Amino acid sequence: MSNIVLVIGEAQDGVLRNVTFEAIAAAKKIKSDGEVVGVLCGAQTLENQAQEMIYYGADRVVTVTDEKLENYTSDGYSQAITAVIEEESPAAIVMGHTAVGKDLTPKLAAKLDTGLVSDATDINEEDGEVVFIRPIYSGKAFEKKVITEGITFVTIRPNNIKALERDESRTGEVQAKDVDITDLRTIIKEVIRKKSEGVDLSEASVVIAGGRAVKSEEGFNSLYELADLLGAAVGASRGACDAGYCDYSLQIGQTGKVVTPDLYIAIGISGAIQHLAGMSNSKVIVAINKDPEANIFNIADYGIVGDMFEVVPKLVEELKSLKVNS
Amino acid sequence: MNIYVLLKKTFDTEEKIVVSDGRIEDDSAEYIINPYDEYAVEEAINQRDEHGGEVTVVTVGDEDSEKQLRTALAMGADKAVLIDTEDDLEEGDQYTTAEILAAYFEDKEADLILAGNVAIDEASGQVGPRLAEKLDIPFVTTIVDLSVDGETVYIEKDVEGDVEKVESTLPLLVTCQQGLNEPRYPSLPGIMKAKKKPLEELEIDDLDLDEDDLEPKTKTIDIFLPPEKEAGRILEGEVEDQVKELVSLLKDEAKVL
Repeated sequence: MSNIVLVIGEAQDGVLRNVTFEAIAAAKKIKSDGEVVGVLCGAQTLENQAQEMIYYGADRVVTVTDEKLENYTSDGYSQAITAVIEEESPAAIVMGHTAVGKDLTPKLAAKLDTGLVSDATDINEEDGEVVFIRPIYSGKAFEKKVITEGITFVTIRPNNIKALERDESRTGEVQAKDVDITDLRTIIKEVIRKKSEGVDLSEASVVIAGGRAVKSEEGFNSLYELADLLGAAVGASRGACDAGYCDYSLQIGQTGKVVTPDLYIAIGISGAIQHLAGMSNSKVIVAINKDPEANIFNIADYGIVGDMFEVVPKLVEELKSLKVNS
Repeated sequence: MNIYVLLKKTFDTEEKIVVSDGRIEDDSAEYIINPYDEYAVEEAINQRDEHGGEVTVVTVGDEDSEKQLRTALAMGADKAVLIDTEDDLEEGDQYTTAEILAAYFEDKEADLILAGNVAIDEASGQVGPRLAEKLDIPFVTTIVDLSVDGETVYIEKDVEGDVEKVESTLPLLVTCQQGLNEPRYPSLPGIMKAKKKPLEELEIDDLDLDEDDLEPKTKTIDIFLPPEKEAGRILEGEVEDQVKELVSLLKDEAKVL
């Protein structure tokens, strides 16, 4: 039985996403004495990213570079990664449950005829067996899942499994592998950036979310100010998106993003069950709402009953003075 | 165009989840079409109306799945197929479902297959891409726009908020994301017509499969509810004091600042 755990890394604009480092930590949870082998695909040199993976715990990294790998496509990446899998015959494969992870891993699983546990939030060992915990029914329940046959293949939800400490003294080999990437059946013609600059919603450790009570696009400005202070990402309820206050890319909920930050501040959000589905597993929840009966208070750790237009500016002031004093 | 939709029934979004003996109680649950699959049904109907052809809705489920298939027919789909596994399979996972669908599609000439990008119950999002791989056709997930011109397909794909413009060719499988369209409600005449539309029922024997081919590769060993949240604290006093208290609680008690 192979001792290798393959971690499929993912970069955005040349920078590795944090979930890649979390996936390395997950690999070690799956096989504590395993050899963690990173794999990276791209069109340009991946030397720096490979080094980062090693600093975060990978033992060595295989890179595949080809001009056809400039943008992620399921055809291109699956050809590259399948070649690496064939060479390494790993016992386990780990990747982040991101847009790319969700797209690529089921295709690989079908190609390899293996099972796949998607969107795990925790990994434990029970009676010598690796057990994955994953939310189901929009976080209303959790299931424990095991792989019964073949490669242990899992995607992990960002922000749940803690990455290891970065250690620059770690060393490891970076191996370039040549793979002949044949024609791609889907071609990316253009990428339109709609996401606001800054922190990625699904990976943010603090999320500030606004609802219908924010009342306008301008109303979101104070949320962005708060977010800047906290290094947070801004999200929204469906109500706020439907009303046109912000882009659907910010929507958190059953349809929309699922987030599990350390701190979630819900501003002017009533807390419909569909919204809770996207955020109820956040570690600490703060609700600010005018209506004391709002459902959001049932799951909030701390609540302020009040008008957001009064509360949020004061909160911004208070956090600014906290920053000055610390 | 020969258009197929993969559809799954899921718990109504308002349904409370009750767990006993490590499984979810489903005896009295209300079911709906998985909300993302509704986008797929709507898009399939729109594409057919534009290009002609036929929409077939396919589900792997049990006899109760007929209700959701009839709803899709009432929305405007032409035919439905229910692959009933209740008597033959005790367990299954995404591998199982993809294998069954691959066997079903083996002799079909599908131009376009649409599915939801994820089901809101098990939320793995695997079956669509797995099936495309099995059928050796390209796929694009989380689409928010689709237009077909001859054999060429122009797609807008949501990538965590950014949009990619993608070109591909038929035959193709896509999975649908919110924003693609607004699913219609079935009209009364639609509901009446749906009762007479063809609904084919199949079992795995009919697809030349047996249980051994479909042995799942993963297993759920337990299901549990998240720990009950303790009642939160509603702060009191002047707004100014509440804000001060909140910040100190977040800093010192919750330790998230």
